[in-house]
Amino acid sequence: MLSQDLNTILPEIILSLYAMGALLAGVYTVKDKAAPLLVWVTSGLFVVVAFWIGTTGEGATSAFSGMFNEDAFSRFAKVAILLSAAAVMVMGQDYMAKRDMLRFEYPLLITLSVVGMMVMVSAGDLMALYMGLELQSLALYVVASLRRDSVKSTEAGLKYFVLGALSSGLLLYGASLTYGFAGTTSFTGIFEATQGGVSLGLLFGLVFLSAGFAFKVSAAPFHMWTPDVYDGSPTPVTAFFATAPKLAAMALFARVMHDAFGNSVSDWQQIVAFLSVISMFLGAIAAIGQKNIKRLMAYSSIAHMGFALMGLAAGTAFGVQAMLVYMAIYVAMNIGTFAFILSLEKNGMPVTNIDALNMYSKREPVKALAMLVLLFSLAGVPPMLGFFGKFYVLQAAYGAGLGWLAVAGVVASVIGAFYYLRIVFFMYFGAEQEEPRLDTGKSPMLWGFLVASAAVMVFGVVNLFGIEPLAEAASLALVN
Amino acid sequence: MGANLLSMTTFIPAIAAAILALILRGDDEAAQRNAKWLAMAATGLTFVVSLFILIGFDPNNTGFQFVEDREWIMGLNYKMGVDGISILFVMLTTFLMPIVIASCWTVTTRVKEYMIAFLLLETLMLGVFLALDLVLFYLFFEAGLIPMFLIIGIWGGKNRIYASFKFFLYTFLGSVLMLVAMVAMYADAGTTDIPTLMNWTFGTETFSILGVQLIGGMQTLLWLAFFASFAVKMPMWPVHTWLPDAHVQAPTAGSVVLAAILLKMGGYGFLRFSLPMFPVGSAVMADLVLWMSAIAIVYTSLVALVQQDMKKLIAYSSVAHMGFVTMGIFTFNQQGLDGAIFQMLSHGFISGALFLCVGVIYDRMHTREIDAYGGLVNRMPAYALIFMFFTMANVGLPGTSGFVGEFLTLMAAFQVNTWVAAVATTGVIFSAAYALWLYRRVVMGDLIKESLKSITDMTTRERVIFAPLVIMTLLLGIYPSLVTDIIGPSVTALVDQVEAAQSAFALSNVTAAASY
Repeated sequence: MLSQDLNTILPEIILSLYAMGALLAGVYTVKDKAAPLLVWVTSGLFVVVAFWIGTTGEGATSAFSGMFNEDAFSRFAKVAILLSAAAVMVMGQDYMAKRDMLRFEYPLLITLSVVGMMVMVSAGDLMALYMGLELQSLALYVVASLRRDSVKSTEAGLKYFVLGALSSGLLLYGASLTYGFAGTTSFTGIFEATQGGVSLGLLFGLVFLSAGFAFKVSAAPFHMWTPDVYDGSPTPVTAFFATAPKLAAMALFARVMHDAFGNSVSDWQQIVAFLSVISMFLGAIAAIGQKNIKRLMAYSSIAHMGFALMGLAAGTAFGVQAMLVYMAIYVAMNIGTFAFILSLEKNGMPVTNIDALNMYSKREPVKALAMLVLLFSLAGVPPMLGFFGKFYVLQAAYGAGLGWLAVAGVVASVIGAFYYLRIVFFMYFGAEQEEPRLDTGKSPMLWGFLVASAAVMVFGVVNLFGIEPLAEAASLALVN
Repeated sequence: MGANLLSMTTFIPAIAAAILALILRGDDEAAQRNAKWLAMAATGLTFVVSLFILIGFDPNNTGFQFVEDREWIMGLNYKMGVDGISILFVMLTTFLMPIVIASCWTVTTRVKEYMIAFLLLETLMLGVFLALDLVLFYLFFEAGLIPMFLIIGIWGGKNRIYASFKFFLYTFLGSVLMLVAMVAMYADAGTTDIPTLMNWTFGTETFSILGVQLIGGMQTLLWLAFFASFAVKMPMWPVHTWLPDAHVQAPTAGSVVLAAILLKMGGYGFLRFSLPMFPVGSAVMADLVLWMSAIAIVYTSLVALVQQDMKKLIAYSSVAHMGFVTMGIFTFNQQGLDGAIFQMLSHGFISGALFLCVGVIYDRMHTREIDAYGGLVNRMPAYALIFMFFTMANVGLPGTSGFVGEFLTLMAAFQVNTWVAAVATTGVIFSAAYALWLYRRVVMGDLIKESLKSITDMTTRERVIFAPLVIMTLLLGIYPSLVTDIIGPSVTALVDQVEAAQSAFALSNVTAAASY
């Protein structure tokens, strides 16, 4: 029994052992000199594990008496998490090395948080859920304040920590209420306990749990940490925040809602739809005034989470499928966008002000074009892939009788289009000015990620790279 | 060849754009010339290929021809086809694009990107007219905003930023509502196949939304969502305000494409979606549209009278002419629909030519203020003649194509709603007023302005550009059956279908009333 259980969580065990071993080795021997190597090794390991999980896993198994589920849903999420984490880490390496931020702990903390995320998306019990969530969060708190000598970075870390602790508290409170009224912490147990409807106590538990998740996915009105943390953290870390943890938290949200509260869709549908509509509008409106591209991307991610939640709000298998496709596309877009942001430098210093992009297209036509594609994709304009993500969730929402949510969503997307267009405006329409200019890009790595991401957005129109059947299988594993 | 003719036509410009983007390097004079010639060759080739469609097209077959159907993602299909309604819009596009490319021969800033934008735009416009899948249609329809946004924003005039944002956001807002309606149609009919949907009956049960009784129910709601998109695109009063801004700021070639082709997408949308798919919704809303059209014709003609900027004046005149189109479409009879399609084609040639006329003198004087000109006939006789010809065509002089469309739509409107026809007819007078007054102020009189003393007449290149437009305008004016023979059978089928659905609805209402 035990060996079987251990076999099920082998990927997580390997990654944890690797992180701990590398940490020990690092502390006692070479320290920061090995950091670049560690980044490559860690990313390589992520990719290998992703392929391993993606190609060998089949069916659904659960381990440790239902604490841990290994099914198509968790595999989909894990592969996406691992690949995006690997991409973001490789991408940010130069940036960090140049600014003397590349400590050897960085890849290892990322590894630990990735392990946390993998546990989150596989959780079959409130305990396992909390363990995974905290492992992920604690690693991220540290990473956010990686730049110890910067006030902003420290502030970001602290803010993230305090608000994160608050949300964990809400979540724990919800979990304890749920336990109290359902008599069990296992998702299957809760599922059975809610067969005949949700009692008031459970409903309170559900609300507090949702609030905790909403914080983690940075959905409004629990979004307030996002802009500050995005802004304050070093850009590679911001890129990481915008991708894998979002996906993991969203997957966890879906897992709890369907696995544990699948009997009471009508109870949480309202909550999720509310979060969705508020996030979409807040993200769209608040970003309009932003001059800092990192803050802008923070609000953009809030709006995108609103759209992903629209899929979840449908409460159907198709809704989950739509959400997964949306999140996969979102992550792919963000990797490219942050590759672009990472490449913005003036005299070797990072630049985040969008004014600096003035007439960028003259000097860097290819990068500007790639960014143009990404921006239109973020805005959801066809034929870019971002449109298909939106189309998917709209379809799911409408199919579940949430027509009003679909209408609200498209209206918000028009408002949101404005600030993406504003960046296009700076890159293409701005007046020619002599100084100050951005450095012309030299990093082939960032260039590659940016162009590849844009190419994905354009050529995905052919068949979405076959992601559809995978997402469908994943959603069917969760909702039956 | 026959199997993929439509895809070939659609994607030749896109392939040329890709070649330009990936292979052509540099921005010197030689590279610019190469870019222009490549674009010219691609649009020319597209026109030649599209001629094969026209030759192989059977007007008496009212179904879709040259159909291509492949599976795509999410249960959608990549499906293309032409019928009598869309074929001439395709021909209009392929015919005008070489002229558009030729008209930007004097552009020198970012020529390569300019050509890429126009080539992509051609692909997207052709896709709109050829797509036979809702989402494929939406994809082309919406994606066309991107190149046009860039054309206005990068190569436009002084106030281009405002105009480009207004253009994009206005049309984007209109079309996202259509997207929701498409999602609803997909959920209802279980398919996005346009031919199937054209024969699908969407619910007409009256229901109430927020306390408002909605006659025609689901159909009216869907109709409204599509209307939001097409009315903005068309554009209809009162959502036309983006058009004058966009036209004034856009470069000449951009204005030509916008007026001659992009505006036709709205009218095409009404014919392809609103009428056959929501006949009851159309009937419920017909009076509203007719009156909006009549108001548009009179109001925008009056606004055109007081414009100081030539492009703005022509833009308002475009809105007025599009008013005839919507009026014709929503009469639901043969003359009305024939006239509407005819008017759109003819407006494609005439308004395109008028914007080119403005472009000719703008290139020389770099101003579009009417007051800056006067007496051009003294130094530019050829120009005066061409401008005169298209001014007359714009007014609707018999013998030019402008007359046929206006006459048919007015005749159709007279049968349906005499008052609307009466009001709209006054618009014809106003249009004569503003067009002739514009002509007088710019071309006639003595040449007294010092700055105009050295202005030169049209070059050979410019004359060659205008020649096909003059020929087409005359040809369609003298021999309109050229068009009506091709569109006739398809229009008849559409009219019959709409009538049958509407009378069935009226009948069911009568029986429902009788059973009470």
